[in-house]
Amino acid sequence: MPAETKSIRFDPTDPIFRWVSFSAATLLLVVLGGLIASLVYGGWPALSTFGLDFFLKFKDCPAGSGAHFCIDTPWNPVTDVYSATAPIVGTIVTSFLALLFALPIAIGVAVFLTQFCPRYLAQPLSTAVELLAGIPSIVYGMWGLFVFAPWFAKDIQTPLMIAASQDPTSWVAKLVAGVPNGANLFTASIILAVMVLPYMASVFRELFRSIPPQVREAAFGIGATPFEVTTSVIIPYVKKGMIGVIMLGLGRALGETMAVTFIIGNSHRFPKSLFDSSSTIASTIANEFAEATTDLHTSALVALGLILFLITFTVLAIARWLLSSQRY
Amino acid sequence: MFKFLKGAIAAVLMTAAVAPAAMAADTISGAGATFPAPLYAKWAEGYKRTTGIALNYQAIGSGGGIKQIKAKTVDFGASDKPLTPDELSAAGLYQFPTVVGGVVPAINIPGVATGKLKLPGTVLADIFLGKITMWNDPAITKWNAGLALPAMPITVVHRSDGSGTTFLFTSYLGIASAEWKQKVGANDAVEWPAGVGGKGNDGVAALVRQTAGSIGYVEYAYVMKTGISYALVASKEATWPMPTAANFKAATAGADWAHAPGNYVLILNQPGANAWPITGATFILMYKEQANAVKAAEVLKFFDYAYKTGDFSANELYYVPLPAAVKSMIRKQWIDNVTANGAAVYTSPNK
Repeated sequence: MPAETKSIRFDPTDPIFRWVSFSAATLLLVVLGGLIASLVYGGWPALSTFGLDFFLKFKDCPAGSGAHFCIDTPWNPVTDVYSATAPIVGTIVTSFLALLFALPIAIGVAVFLTQFCPRYLAQPLSTAVELLAGIPSIVYGMWGLFVFAPWFAKDIQTPLMIAASQDPTSWVAKLVAGVPNGANLFTASIILAVMVLPYMASVFRELFRSIPPQVREAAFGIGATPFEVTTSVIIPYVKKGMIGVIMLGLGRALGETMAVTFIIGNSHRFPKSLFDSSSTIASTIANEFAEATTDLHTSALVALGLILFLITFTVLAIARWLLSSQRY
Repeated sequence: MFKFLKGAIAAVLMTAAVAPAAMAADTISGAGATFPAPLYAKWAEGYKRTTGIALNYQAIGSGGGIKQIKAKTVDFGASDKPLTPDELSAAGLYQFPTVVGGVVPAINIPGVATGKLKLPGTVLADIFLGKITMWNDPAITKWNAGLALPAMPITVVHRSDGSGTTFLFTSYLGIASAEWKQKVGANDAVEWPAGVGGKGNDGVAALVRQTAGSIGYVEYAYVMKTGISYALVASKEATWPMPTAANFKAATAGADWAHAPGNYVLILNQPGANAWPITGATFILMYKEQANAVKAAEVLKFFDYAYKTGDFSANELYYVPLPAAVKSMIRKQWIDNVTANGAAVYTSPNK
């Protein structure tokens, strides 16, 4: 027996094994292709019925408004007229706001973990950050609706609105106008930020760790302060990779569904202020797909899915490209 | 390697061979509305204990239920929104009601106790149209002389997900207000002129609770379970019935089931001083012409069992059972409406 295993011999299961692993690899691509094909097929009735109106629909401006063009945002299951502008805008606005909130904190966490953190704290802190990423999104949604939103409405939104009511025409008053119930664009973005934060922080940490210690030590050696090392050495060293991580975070925020559905207020209009309710592509699909009875309604939702797929796909492709061109 | 593969293949083949046989013999399958799902599960539990036949019900939503029965992947579909007689005959389907529920306006107005605020249908419609924006609007105070209504803006809360509750509520507003019917219409999801959306009854109730001056609408069972404050809606005879099981039953009994083609009955604004105006049944969809007589008979036997013994669990879960007269009428319909090869699949109601 031992002598036999040393020699190279033909095992009849080898081609099978190779075939099995090959199909495992191609299966994913086939599924992806099938997914795109079925999204296009399912969304085609809506796309062909509404054409460009599905993406951007204009309407006559109300007399005396002085505007040059006005955008209509119908989403009417009764008359079967759909336009995706409002959910697309809601998706992009919430995702970018979420990144805006999450980015400085994620960088802060990663810098602390790699530069300053005492050894006995590093492991528990890293684990805690990674555990945050594992909390199911519906839990964030329920926490957002039942705990965070009421607190936000009572202690942040209402005082702000009272303060702003001194001068109702100021831009601050316009920014905080809305119903004080905590279900709005702003709180949805904060919840999203909490959700993408752990993910971004742990990839940032990996990126910072990839920097050769000599580079850092050399910078300290010529007398740079920790702040200078971080801003002039570490961050420039991994700049491209960091943009990649930001794009990955954006990709996650774009497709987030359940948490946003709970807390965004779900109205198919352009948000008029930071505290106005809105909707995203994913929340619209989650809300309406189960009970969509007309074919055009279902098709419009599938077309929304296709749009989200294309947006996310583009963002992730750019992120991967930036990350892979980062030299370590 | 070989041994492992052989073992794996054998295991897969064995499960594949056993599973469908076990399923086919003693399971009936259905899919659709989420609203009656807890009750169907409760009924199925009792039915399994007495007959050994299990129900596999997937609560995927009314829209999904209609799609599944049309694709013939289930033995019956379930929908909160009845199909019109035209839709039924186009698909060759038959529908019948199982239980009734009511939709109740939930409110959060500081200083106003539950069951005190009175809102006629037209006023309710104007609030949801965004035309009445303050709680001390004369249109509201006119009906509520003894009530101290605050000068507070009204926040409208509606369902964001498609729902039979929304269908009933918007259908009622369409009956009460011509403007609502023309501008918004009735559906399980509509383009809301005003307000914010919450997901599910829980979402609406949460938003109403945390927004002073808000009004929404929820399922009656939800009012009972959570004790949220509610408003009264005028009946057809301008009385102010309370939202109770007895008053939903009064509305159901008053509806004209006997002359409704395809059982297309919306129990809205029914005559009777006690009839709660926003009441509705949930429905089962089956093919009129069945390929498998045994299977179809099993489905009808299940609902016969539910009609006979299910009222207690319905009440327990805050659903409203159908009146006895409606039940016996539906049982007679089964004989004529569901057939296999020209013969009735359901024969003796009292066996």
